[in-house]
Amino acid sequence: MSRYIAASAIRGANSIARETELFLQKALQEKGADAQVVFPNTAYFLPTILGLTGRKVETLGDLMPVMEHVKSLLHPAPAQSRWTPYLGETLDSGIATLLAMEAHQALRYLYGDQPEKLEGFQLAQQSLLEKGEGVGHLNGPIDDIQLRSWGIQLVDGRMPGFAAIVGCAKSNEVAVKIIRELQRRNILIFLAGNVNGRSIIHQLQEEGVDMGYDTYIVPFGTDTLSAIYAIGFATRSALTFGGMKGGQAREILLYNKYRVFAFVLALGEVDDLKYAAAAGAISYGFPAIADTVIPEILPTGVTTYEHVISMPFDEIPGKDDLERAEKLVQKCIEVRGVKVKMTEVPVPVPYGSAFEGEVVRKADLRVEFGGKRARCFEYLYNLPMEKVEDGKVQVLGPDLDSAAEGGAMDMGIVVEVAGRKMQEDFEPVLERQIHHFINGASGVQHIGQRDITWIRINKAAAEKGFRLADLGKILHARFHADFGAIVDKIQVTIYTNTADVNSMLQIAREVYNKRNVRLQGMVDEQVDEFYSCTLCQSFAPNHVCIVSPERVGLCGAYSWLDCKASFQINPTGPNQPIPKGQMLDSVKGYFTGANEFLYQASHQQFNTVSMYSIMENPMTACGCFECIVMVIPEANGVMVLSREDTSMSPAGMTFSTLAGMTGGGQQTPGVMGIGKYYLTSKKFLSADGGFKRVVWMSSILKQTMPEELKRAAEYAGDPELLDKIADETICTEVSDLVKFLEEKGHPALTMDPLM
Amino acid sequence: MAKESAPKVLTIDPAAAEMIKFAEEQGYSTAFSRVQKLAACPIGESGACCSICDMGPCRLVPTKANPDPVGICGATRATVAARNMARHIAAGAAAHSDHGRDMAFTLLGIATGEAQGYEVRDPAKLRAIAPYFGIKVEGKDLLKLAGEVAAAALAEFGNQKGELKYLSRAPKKRQEIWRRLRLVPRGIDREVVDILHRTHTGDDQDAEHILLGSLRCALSDGWGGSMIATDISDVMFGTPSPLVTQANLGVLKDDEVNVVVHGHEPTLSQMIVRVAMEPELIEYAKSKGAKGINLAGICCTANEVLMRQGIPSAGNDLSQEMAILTGAVEAMIVDVQCIMQSLASLSAKFHTKLITTSPKVKISGATHIEFDEHHALDIARQIVRLAVDNYPNRQATRIPQYTADLVPGFSHEYIRYMLGGTYRGSFRPLNDAVMAGRLRGVAGVVGCNNPRVTHDQGHNYIVKEFLKNDVLVVQTGCGAIANAKYGLLMGEAALEYAGPGLREVCEAIGIPPVLHMGSCVDNTRILTVLTEMATEGGLGDDISDIPGVGIAPEWMSEKALSIGAYFAASGAYVLFGVNSPVENSEEVTRIMSEGWEKIVGGKMEFVPDPEEIVRRSLAHIDAKRAALKLPAYDPSKWGKSGDSRMAELLKLHAEQRQRALYGAPVPAE
Repeated sequence: MSRYIAASAIRGANSIARETELFLQKALQEKGADAQVVFPNTAYFLPTILGLTGRKVETLGDLMPVMEHVKSLLHPAPAQSRWTPYLGETLDSGIATLLAMEAHQALRYLYGDQPEKLEGFQLAQQSLLEKGEGVGHLNGPIDDIQLRSWGIQLVDGRMPGFAAIVGCAKSNEVAVKIIRELQRRNILIFLAGNVNGRSIIHQLQEEGVDMGYDTYIVPFGTDTLSAIYAIGFATRSALTFGGMKGGQAREILLYNKYRVFAFVLALGEVDDLKYAAAAGAISYGFPAIADTVIPEILPTGVTTYEHVISMPFDEIPGKDDLERAEKLVQKCIEVRGVKVKMTEVPVPVPYGSAFEGEVVRKADLRVEFGGKRARCFEYLYNLPMEKVEDGKVQVLGPDLDSAAEGGAMDMGIVVEVAGRKMQEDFEPVLERQIHHFINGASGVQHIGQRDITWIRINKAAAEKGFRLADLGKILHARFHADFGAIVDKIQVTIYTNTADVNSMLQIAREVYNKRNVRLQGMVDEQVDEFYSCTLCQSFAPNHVCIVSPERVGLCGAYSWLDCKASFQINPTGPNQPIPKGQMLDSVKGYFTGANEFLYQASHQQFNTVSMYSIMENPMTACGCFECIVMVIPEANGVMVLSREDTSMSPAGMTFSTLAGMTGGGQQTPGVMGIGKYYLTSKKFLSADGGFKRVVWMSSILKQTMPEELKRAAEYAGDPELLDKIADETICTEVSDLVKFLEEKGHPALTMDPLM
Repeated sequence: MAKESAPKVLTIDPAAAEMIKFAEEQGYSTAFSRVQKLAACPIGESGACCSICDMGPCRLVPTKANPDPVGICGATRATVAARNMARHIAAGAAAHSDHGRDMAFTLLGIATGEAQGYEVRDPAKLRAIAPYFGIKVEGKDLLKLAGEVAAAALAEFGNQKGELKYLSRAPKKRQEIWRRLRLVPRGIDREVVDILHRTHTGDDQDAEHILLGSLRCALSDGWGGSMIATDISDVMFGTPSPLVTQANLGVLKDDEVNVVVHGHEPTLSQMIVRVAMEPELIEYAKSKGAKGINLAGICCTANEVLMRQGIPSAGNDLSQEMAILTGAVEAMIVDVQCIMQSLASLSAKFHTKLITTSPKVKISGATHIEFDEHHALDIARQIVRLAVDNYPNRQATRIPQYTADLVPGFSHEYIRYMLGGTYRGSFRPLNDAVMAGRLRGVAGVVGCNNPRVTHDQGHNYIVKEFLKNDVLVVQTGCGAIANAKYGLLMGEAALEYAGPGLREVCEAIGIPPVLHMGSCVDNTRILTVLTEMATEGGLGDDISDIPGVGIAPEWMSEKALSIGAYFAASGAYVLFGVNSPVENSEEVTRIMSEGWEKIVGGKMEFVPDPEEIVRRSLAHIDAKRAALKLPAYDPSKWGKSGDSRMAELLKLHAEQRQRALYGAPVPAE
């Protein structure tokens, strides 16, 4: 705080609290304590009050203890001289303000004064337009359905944040420019407040800007009080997606600080109530940026970066107001640490992280590469600088338009990179990014990696002119943008002739193997740190891979060394070192460090993970696993089902059916997703009996890694073990399996009971 | 280096100077006059004298002929210096811990309904500390809980095996270090006895081993007795939070009955605070011609009531005689520790009644009214009544008109609150400030007064240097009052004395650049803050990782040595001013410095020159920053935020201001 802001905010808090108190008393007299108090279309009552106090407000009477709590948070404003500290007091007053504002808006709903009326206004929302609704009033609070459709994008980063704009811009032109700059970056925009009666909502209305859910611009109301709907939205994000309960105030606020990248942009004069509300927003980790002169608060801590920034509009360097508006928005983004990727990717389809989760369904399929009907792989490696021509993209072989509609083709994507800081260790890390990069194109779906890559392109994309060379252009642009620190040059060759694909694949597979064996010989006990991989949290928000030297990531693409390299490339990225901490159980592989990390990274969903057991707190899975391991109780062992195996398994389910219950970031004892090389690790299910527990495995595994599996069998003390393990060519029924095992004398049958 | 008998300038405190002058004119003896006549014993001051048995005393002063003398028993200079140091530490630990024991007994009295006038003022704190003792809180009546906590705290004193419960509050890594080195105190009393035993003649005669033992003893103070004292005082009298009050002799009043509390324990003084506001007693004072009853404190009893009730401080330790010299003190009530015997003879020259109250402390010539918590209120009333009765005996007064405002009350609980409020309180902003470099580091500047050096000057000089260098300072005890007298404990001081980064942090929170964290027993609050900083993240994972130092520039008491040792054992670099009590042994000097640093990460050094203290402190802070890979200290990056621009604009004419604040007016529709 600054003393000036503290004094204003505390004054503002005291007056809104008093005003709301009087309003409540009036309402109690006029409507009675049992009168219903609700926000429309939400299951979270008055969400900020629910989140911060745990109180479910349903009637006017329920608001009375809330207001008592509000008053307990108020303080006198700091003195002009001989002051006592004011930061904690101001933040408390800020929270009091938010609670009072929400109570106030709820009372207005009771009196039919919300959502705010505005003549000639039409909400831009298809579902309302169809019904002829949404006319003559502003939005009011965001409903739960819309929250769910946006919220997850906000917390996983596809929508990088929200801007709560309060007040009125210098001119209509500036108002529109600010909005466009935010929209360009996928930032959700909430509008509220006014200066001398004029709001940015009026400005945009005059300029014909559509406002509503469909345009990502939500007009809450033209007074400051309606800004509480932004806070209600943030609070509900934590309740809905963070798995928090009402009353877990600290957790909810911290969730917002770390996950919801929002900020307050105050346009025009900042009065006491705006300061008070901003003080409340600061507790959520949302900084405030003003386009006027206000005292700045630059030390950090409650928010991640600066708390309050003043950027007097006329002092912003720039050739005109438009440029000044652009710089103002840039500053907001910088202060909140909003991570915006502004990569221009020169392809004929829309491109952005918002499209990453998109699925190409069979009916829309133009062509696919890989999957069941074709082969597809991707391979990235490092060459000397002079051997790479930056930006060169070649397609050797027929392009996608030569395929039949809904058809399949073979493809190999070979990426050659060069860079002064490039290291061999980084190759697999960069290679894994291909998944993420290609998925950003609208109409293109990418699954898997290495030689299990599967790419689908839909009809719309093909119609817009998307061709295979565009895959190369995407990779070129994104590697430069995201890994410019280590990669200077990128060239891409795409092979589609089956012969080329096969010969390149041989080379690639040798390297994949080399990358796998690089880890061999390292054991978990040697290292002090494991690594996390949370790359897949965009799909499975609570999933956390913990990668150790003897346990490769379940996608098979991230070994401990890869994670280590990835951390070096990007210290704030998805691969973070996890100090092992204290070893609680050497057999099951419980480590305090891993447990603590899991608790935090899984958003408090899980607090314990066993590194070496499938039976107790097994590691969660996203959806990218190479194999599924599942207990077959009748056989006292486990089966290992490969992603490439489409046949039935002894569990009575195919891979795709089983994948549904394995993935999604759940801990299901007895079921686990793994990388196939984990099978060959000495730590594979070492708490449950190790490799000897394997009673059935997809034949493709036996075929593709015979040497490795043989070594695992030898280590397990039974060199003949592989012959005792069934596969889909031997049986897919449990009864047949048990018979087979008995015949072969499989050791699992005589081991300690698994269950 | 033998210390000067007396400094050239006796004090920088104008109020004390006025009284010294008066005493000189009248021929009254004070510490300031005696120090000029009595040189420190050159053998004792360097730790060269061994008097633990009657074969000696032996003076182990090296000469050319005998560069490495030993005692009759063969004890080396190192053994003697280490043994003396260990005994000092044990005495200091005993004093502080015994204070804690008395607090626990009073809490027990509350639980059994036998402590008249006392209550649990901070139930939240009681509930917060109970789990450390393994006591379940849920569903327990407050008094039952108080009784259990008191009993558990008392058990810590007589514990024979195992570990003190509060050690679990230290960073995990620190606990492991203690366990590995067998530094874990078993019971508070046991560790004191252990030192007294092993330093008896013919026992432990390995300097390193003796000193290691003394670290364990000191830990039983810092993470034992003293921490119990702090916590239980908060439970009974309230956890401090900031308020505005005053310090220095000017707080005494010419027209009221002045009652001064002096010493260290809050039990009686809290009751005196309470009864001094009773209308009957105020009326009684008026009946004697006074306008009311004015309470003030000296030393740490002052700090206890200063930070909780805002009772002003008349000064720090060296002001105790000065207060009597004003002729305005009706009664000086003393409890334990740091009370000069000279008060008795000096007060006899005035109307002042010196009243001893502790069963442990009697002073020849003083009135003894023994304190007993079962009748606390009655005794407090009796004492105040005695003071009022003495008012008509008052002769001419000469109260120096010097006071300064201060804002004390920074308990670690409040520090947590002030950094984020009720909902977001944490040490994150503090750690952030250190990590970014707005704060170069943190320093605890604590300890006593010592007339061998200029009164208050060491505290004042070092703290101002730290502020200039963006080091946030926390203070306790007499050190805190030393700087309070010069206005450093006010929010305004940040604007005047702090470097740009520290100023920004102070302005953001509204704090003074120097935080008053309590009395000397409350140095444990600093341990808690350091632990919080170490566990918050970004500043390593142990106290020894934090860019910080502890300084006792004007130390004199054995308690100071115990405090220094428990900070060193907790990983802090501690610097003592004045002189070195182990100077006679290079080996002991080395063990306490490099030796300890190697094993516990903290060390204790004696450096008489305040400038050198500042140099070593900043070098240490910078080295710790570098070890944490934090950016090097660069003040030019900071100082841009704050209210100053706003203050300028607010001076403008309304229209100009409007334009300056909000730019061009918003065009109308």
